[in-house]
Amino acid sequence: MNTLIYIMLRRLRMPLLVLIFVYAVSTLGLVLIPGQDDQGQPWRMDFFHAFYFVSFMGSTIGFGEVPYPFTPGQRMWTLVCIYATVIAWLYAIGSSLAILQDQGFLNLIRTRRFAQKVAQLKEPFYLVCGYGTTGREVVLGLERRGIRSVVIDINQARIDSVELEEFALPAYSLCADAALPDNLDMAGLRRNNCLGVLALTDQDNVNLAISIASKLVKPQRLVISRSENQVTSANLASFGTDLVIDPFRKFADYLGLAVRAPHQHLVIDWLINPNHRPLSSLYRNAKGRWILCGYGRFGQALLQAMSNEQTPITIIEPDSNRLEPGMEYVSGIGTEAVTLQAAQVADAVGIIAGTANDADNLSILMTARELNPRLTTVVRQNHASNQLMFEHSQADYVMQPGHTVASQILAHIRTPLLELFFDQLRNQDEVWAHTLINRISDTVGDTRVDSRSFTVGDSDTPALVTALQMGQTVTLRRLMKQPNDRNVDLECFPLLLKRADRIELTPGELTELALGDELLFCGRASALNRQLWTLENHQTLNYLITGRDDNPNPLLSWIRNFKT
Amino acid sequence: MNREKVIFAFFIVLALTLNVGFVVGDVDNPAHHEVIELFLAIVVSLVCTVLKFGDRSHLGALMLATSLVADLQLIAAGAIWGYYEHISAAGLTDEAMVSVVSFAAGALVANVISVVLLVIETVLVRR
Repeated sequence: MNTLIYIMLRRLRMPLLVLIFVYAVSTLGLVLIPGQDDQGQPWRMDFFHAFYFVSFMGSTIGFGEVPYPFTPGQRMWTLVCIYATVIAWLYAIGSSLAILQDQGFLNLIRTRRFAQKVAQLKEPFYLVCGYGTTGREVVLGLERRGIRSVVIDINQARIDSVELEEFALPAYSLCADAALPDNLDMAGLRRNNCLGVLALTDQDNVNLAISIASKLVKPQRLVISRSENQVTSANLASFGTDLVIDPFRKFADYLGLAVRAPHQHLVIDWLINPNHRPLSSLYRNAKGRWILCGYGRFGQALLQAMSNEQTPITIIEPDSNRLEPGMEYVSGIGTEAVTLQAAQVADAVGIIAGTANDADNLSILMTARELNPRLTTVVRQNHASNQLMFEHSQADYVMQPGHTVASQILAHIRTPLLELFFDQLRNQDEVWAHTLINRISDTVGDTRVDSRSFTVGDSDTPALVTALQMGQTVTLRRLMKQPNDRNVDLECFPLLLKRADRIELTPGELTELALGDELLFCGRASALNRQLWTLENHQTLNYLITGRDDNPNPLLSWIRNFKT
Repeated sequence: MNREKVIFAFFIVLALTLNVGFVVGDVDNPAHHEVIELFLAIVVSLVCTVLKFGDRSHLGALMLATSLVADLQLIAAGAIWGYYEHISAAGLTDEAMVSVVSFAAGALVANVISVVLLVIETVLVRR
């Protein structure tokens, strides 16, 4: 606040001096000029009356000539004073208004308010740097889970869009350079209730600066960073950044998996995506030759991700400089039938419209479908604002890089075990993934899949800890039953069990739990919420293990005995 | 030579000299105290205050504080004078004059401190 007042005072110095000067000269003049009283005797105005007169004259109130009518000399002086005071006031008021409209001054006020709001924040929050497509989705996802975000972006237009967003928990936003530690500090970098820092700007070195700052201040805190090249990624990983996401590579892996191992892909999609695709969306004829339009950063990553298996890929690209020498390609954008025919679209099984231009992508899609209606079509959507067009594109798969990255970040924030599970999943074969997808489908039906992880320990599962310490054996099956009726299954099952360094996928029902086990469950959100009773309530767990409800409450026991 | 510094020092010293000019004389004798001098002392003191705005250093804050004290004392003196001369039935008595002058004398102390601080600041800059 001090800075604000000082700046305002300094800017107002000149107008104030002018005002004081004009008032002083006017008053002094009135005192010195001889006048007459009502009897015609010589009379001089005293300071009291002179100041009174100047005060109401300067503010243009004008009570008239007091206490006695003025002489012509006094009137002449008053004439000068009227114009001088009015101009002085206009100047002073104009300067004050100019200060209030000054962008620099307004920024100071905004920054100040932002810092105050963050400083007063008591609840846990995430610090999101960069509010692009990904940043926005992450903030929305966090807000849906009731977690507040603090947003920093260098672009004022994006910050304005944060303010226009109708959040139940409004995100605090500031237009500033996130690479500067002072700005990060103001946004709560050193606060204990800052759960994690997400560096999602499109500048690698800015993301690097943010991640380093966060890891230096609080080494244990979660840091997720976006990185577009491998040098930065390696650098980020070297000082322990929890999750490094290369949007192009991540997205290419994701899409590559969809072509290579559709069932594995579906498992991942269901677990990380709130609006996941139905089982029927699996590709009909994924094996065969694919056409890839656009060989930019995304196309290159995609080729790497897909070329591991027997899927040949034909590249269509207008710029020969982008390709490595000796690579075969068809020159063109892919929007014209000629180019697509040169790429032998008739006997391809799928086409990926992956250029950086949304209109081109849609055009490629429509032309290709005309030439070969049986094509599996994958189209890349670059801008969230084109949502409407892509919804009507009838493509088999609309890929939004920002969306994919955001889902993965949100999944990581929800439970880090998911990432581990996905790594393990990639080592399994398609049959295993197919079985799993059927099991998930049987368990949750049409509702969305949720997942939750917990560690057998005091904070997550106090009831389990007590039971284990009393020497009871608790099998996984106990956790998969309704807390109020142990003969009914709960719509969830374990995906992964991590015990020390050993990792077991879909552990069996008879697995006995031990202290320190980390578990990842998936199932209906409602079922996972009911499971919390079992984990936290001694009586519920005891009932599930023994089948008896030993309620210590005498009144309840009496009622139960009375009934039987 | 810095023009801004000259103006700054000029007004601060002027505030002191005007103040001294007004206070000097018998405390209870209205003839020894010129009302125009009090008026000028008030105006110059206000100008000093505005000139001291916006200096964030410790010394600057101290100077602003002394200036505000001087303003307060001088305006109080002026108000008392106005009250006795125009509103009070007794008119400008010796007692009234004593209280006016003693308020102005208080302001004098503040102005002396202000000048001392100005000198200290100058010495510090020289070093």
